[in-house]
Amino acid sequence: MSVLVFADSRGGEIAKAAHEAIYYGKQIADKTSSTVTVLTYGDVSNDQLEKLGRFGASKVLINRSIKEENEQTLSALVAEAVNAESAKVIVFSFDPNGKVLAARLSAKIGAGLVPGATSVPEIDGNTMTVSKNVFSGKAFAKYRINTDVKILSLLPNSLQPSETDATATVEEFTPAVPEGKIKVKEVRALGGEGVPLPEAELVVSAGRGLKGPENWGIVQELADALGAATACSRPVSDMDWRPHHEHVGQTGIAIRPNLYIAAGISGAIQHLAGVNGSKTIVVINTDSEAPFFKAADYGVVGDAFEVLPRLTEAVKKFKAAN
Amino acid sequence: MKILVGISKAPDTTTKISFTDSNTKFNEDKVQFIVNPYDEWYALVRGLELKEKNGGSVTTITVGGSDHDPIIRKALAIGADDAVRINAEPTDGYFVAKQIAEYAKDQGFDLVLVGKETINYGGSQVGGMLAEMLDMPFVSVASKLEIEGSKATLERDAQGGIEVLEGELPMVISCAKGMAEQRIPNMRGIMAARSKLLNIVEPTDSPALTEVVEYSLPSDKGDVKLIDPENMDELVRLLHNEAKVI
Repeated sequence: MSVLVFADSRGGEIAKAAHEAIYYGKQIADKTSSTVTVLTYGDVSNDQLEKLGRFGASKVLINRSIKEENEQTLSALVAEAVNAESAKVIVFSFDPNGKVLAARLSAKIGAGLVPGATSVPEIDGNTMTVSKNVFSGKAFAKYRINTDVKILSLLPNSLQPSETDATATVEEFTPAVPEGKIKVKEVRALGGEGVPLPEAELVVSAGRGLKGPENWGIVQELADALGAATACSRPVSDMDWRPHHEHVGQTGIAIRPNLYIAAGISGAIQHLAGVNGSKTIVVINTDSEAPFFKAADYGVVGDAFEVLPRLTEAVKKFKAAN
Repeated sequence: MKILVGISKAPDTTTKISFTDSNTKFNEDKVQFIVNPYDEWYALVRGLELKEKNGGSVTTITVGGSDHDPIIRKALAIGADDAVRINAEPTDGYFVAKQIAEYAKDQGFDLVLVGKETINYGGSQVGGMLAEMLDMPFVSVASKLEIEGSKATLERDAQGGIEVLEGELPMVISCAKGMAEQRIPNMRGIMAARSKLLNIVEPTDSPALTEVVEYSLPSDKGDVKLIDPENMDELVRLLHNEAKVI
């Protein structure tokens, strides 16, 4: 019996969210006197796989013949690994692939799934309870999983893994799996460079207060100084000032970075729903009555056109000195 | 082309959330309910556009009690041809998927569309579960969908780019922003919705794989600390020393 963790790999790299999922799996394994087996695929170096031991993996199964990620192929691979390892707990990251694979596995084997878990589960005998965000982050719910086999997907950036010196053993895992029926015809690169928003630890975001797309330079400069991703409010993406994939909020994407800096965003409840998981929120707004200040840790009542460049300079000065 | 669209009920996005029964139930008192925005704006409207272009029908399906009828009538007013309501409380994602799959399995749908997630439970799970139960391929968080004969071409955001995907119908698709624009029902649609068929179906047995044992609300944030707009060095110092985020 083991805890099985699916680790996504893109471009030959195991993602940060997967490190968190492995560490999370290790916390569960420690409570149940079992070990963590990681399942991955693609062209990942042995060296990188052995190092997953640092996060708590004992063994890594890799299927290098799967090059193109396809949800049907990968879900068959996961099901084979669940069998091979007699896994009782299966952990995914709550990211695009993890969401789909967890749902398919739950339906396939009739095992209870808590998608987007944010806490290490409490385990009592054969029952497990775990928390997740509900109502767009406006509340939490504690779920009990009633089935013998349990599936969890971990919301990225919910815990901070600590590392050890351990290394994992690596095994090839090559069961027969079907080819998927959906084919990727092409991947069109987006213009935007830099940090992908959903994984970013630091985010600089701006809204209508910036008055027009031509003014985004000062947002980008602060983001560059910090090594942050950029984001925007809904009106800004609706008016096509910024691309849709930068829209955070209830109907855009939800993020939970360590630092969220919002300039010229009033803080409508729908926007807050997408960012209220952030550890620290800084709000910059000319209107001291803006509702966003109520959700902020630090507030600056002032004009973004003056405050942002000043903050950029202060960050550069700090980086140079540290 | 036969299109099935999953429609679920969600509290209006401005709802203040509270709980009853020792924090085990969502307090629905005075809550305005809407069609889950992803289901309505993207899945339903794109389904209607495809029907208008290629012919066929759009059926909505909802798991819920009679309290769901107003949002189902709204979907009919926007333009769905008919609706199915599985008469049971939607307890978790698996239960909902199971009920929909049980109904849909012999109906010959070419396309099953759902929103990418609900704004109340946000599990993003029903689409993938449906695909598994119906033995269909699944494309999640699609932002574009075109149908040519039995071939579907889709786009979705992927890390660092946009993926263009292709596959044969039938398939299950979860829909995200970009798929379509919100439609406001007009008076004719609202009148017509009253006489459209709402087929009420009794549920199939399905065990509760998971259940909520307790809800809670986040603790209030302390007061915001205001920083002098002239002194951004101070903000950087606090972010480093106090918040420890840079």
